[in-house]
Amino acid sequence: MSMLEAAHENDIELEGACEGSLACSTCHVIVMDVNYYNKLEDPTDEENDMLDLAFGLTETSRLGCQIVAKPELDGIRLALPAATRNFAVDGFVPKPH
Amino acid sequence: MFPIVLAILLLDSNQRPCPSSSSTVPTNTPLPRRLIVAYSPSIAVFDFAVPSSCIPFAVPWTVLLRGVPSQLSALQPPLRLQILEPCPPDIRPCARPSRSLIVGRRMKGGLLFRGWKTLTSRGFCSLNDKSLRVCVIGSGPAGFYTAEKMLKAHERAEVDILDRLPTPFGLVRSGIVVNQFSRVASNERCSFFGNVSLGSDVSLSELRDIYDVVVVAYGAESDRSLGVPGENLTGIHSAREFVWWYNGHPDCRNMAPDLKCTDTAVVLGQGNVALDVARILLRPTSELQTTDIAEHAMVSLQESTIRKVYLVGRRGPAQAACTAKELREILGMKNLQVHIREADLVISPADEEELKASRIQRRVYDLLCKSATSHQGHGFAGQRELHFIFFRKPDKFLPSEDQSRVGGVRLEKTCLKANGLSGKQAAIGTGQFEDLNCGLVLKSIGYKSVPVDGLPFDKYRGVVPNVKGRVLSSDQPENVNIEQGLYVVGWLKRGPTGIVATNLYCAEETVASILEDIDNGLTASPSGSPKPGRQGLLQALEDKNVRFVPFGGWEKIDSKEKLEGQLRNKPREKLTTWDELLKAALG
Repeated sequence: MSMLEAAHENDIELEGACEGSLACSTCHVIVMDVNYYNKLEDPTDEENDMLDLAFGLTETSRLGCQIVAKPELDGIRLALPAATRNFAVDGFVPKPH
Repeated sequence: MFPIVLAILLLDSNQRPCPSSSSTVPTNTPLPRRLIVAYSPSIAVFDFAVPSSCIPFAVPWTVLLRGVPSQLSALQPPLRLQILEPCPPDIRPCARPSRSLIVGRRMKGGLLFRGWKTLTSRGFCSLNDKSLRVCVIGSGPAGFYTAEKMLKAHERAEVDILDRLPTPFGLVRSGIVVNQFSRVASNERCSFFGNVSLGSDVSLSELRDIYDVVVVAYGAESDRSLGVPGENLTGIHSAREFVWWYNGHPDCRNMAPDLKCTDTAVVLGQGNVALDVARILLRPTSELQTTDIAEHAMVSLQESTIRKVYLVGRRGPAQAACTAKELREILGMKNLQVHIREADLVISPADEEELKASRIQRRVYDLLCKSATSHQGHGFAGQRELHFIFFRKPDKFLPSEDQSRVGGVRLEKTCLKANGLSGKQAAIGTGQFEDLNCGLVLKSIGYKSVPVDGLPFDKYRGVVPNVKGRVLSSDQPENVNIEQGLYVVGWLKRGPTGIVATNLYCAEETVASILEDIDNGLTASPSGSPKPGRQGLLQALEDKNVRFVPFGGWEKIDSKEKLEGQLRNKPREKLTTWDELLKAALG
């Protein structure tokens, strides 16, 4: 089960517009602990392509649909970014809320 | 990065709301509407007021309830609570709850609620429940995302989507989103009207009379022009038209670009569209045989003698407008020799700053560097070549020897200079020129939107002036009025940039504006009588003898194309003339 699916099962508001097909960045999550981030497999080029477009990207950002639950990740904490919209390919900077 | 606390509303021990200092509600505001909080096992009602405007969409918010009644205090967290939409106190609560919240933690003397308010939480609870008639002009991603969100957000919304083509979906003819959009079109409150042209079949002002809300989403169907001598020579086309041609767009069916007169094509621009057309010109046609490329283009490409494509950009690799995915696709093509000059890859401190600030640019630059070092080796005769040319801008087009078509392009070397205002670097000519011979030129310097009567238009930026999707009546900042009931979304709003998913957020913003305006009564007609909506459109089209294509008509086209495709081992064989399309849809 991916983190996106887990969020939906627990009524957590994580939008997954493309239903986990690496075609959007609405399930962008921030891994709060670097040691947990390092336990994850490197993002593929496709995931990186979509992370490029995520709002509020950080050094430990991943797409929730690509983090798959496994025992080593027990206790992982994920933060939702302040907004999941207003990304742009052309360098447009969204106004803060 | 953490959820922002936007509003803390406190209840005193008598359960009357009193705004905290962090709220934006002044103390002498009349009490907002009652909020109904439902919790398991039964519904409890509090005089707990949350002005809708305090809670923006799609952002986490926190609310603290102090002095809660003893029933709530007795329940153990995690509690599942739902906040129903604010309703006037004299009528039934609306049936549709908003997203449920989970109690974060118990605070001293209260319960902390944390959650999201999403567009889907917008329910309507008026006994006088009026239909909302919406017209979306344009059925590409922007139009469809808008329709989808309007239908979800408003239970009584009827959305009609218009398109001048008989086929919906705009530039996205296939893929995952099309399945999603087909579901939207199948919604009983949604109707598709193809073959209806804004301006000639029905005017914008007519539509504004017929519908409560009109959203223009018709994208960009024209091109920026270079404005250099020789631009009208035969053999110079816009990349947009070339893409329409090989994708089977009926407007470019007879474009007939000559791919046999030369071995060299020059593409001006280095965005994703430029890469697309370069790829089509260089790909072995055997690979194209199982795609849905238009048959007439397939034949032409099979006979093509083009073996070299130059991608020419005014600025450097640190400013290239393409994105990593598309670049990887073209650089990864088999048997393609990619040429990038090492000297062009040297970056200045200003470039370094730009790359630091943009992850997208950084990944593109890294890919170009990697490609320059790895693609060495000898070519064979007739091998396909892709050349990235940086720091060159077109000065003029040169005719061929017999003067019948383009024979080359004169390029001026550029250097980059910081533009103080925008922070970006601009390309400045240096007065040094060189010529590049070619027989085909594709200009890929940006799409442009086309203005229509009755629609305010910013000619310089090529978009409809707007604020968060609300159309403004003038592009002069001093003299601005909001056009009631008129909204814009997609490329027509932002300019022709971004990818399909960009429209998701764009549509969210515009729909949020629409819903806010509806809430504030700004879309009601002055006479108070309801607008005719779909019936009105049908009448107007009948009066003008317009044979519109319903979604079922598109489904007939779709079936026919797929059937024809099966015979040729392709996913579909597109119908590429207006006659064929209309015959399949309506005949």
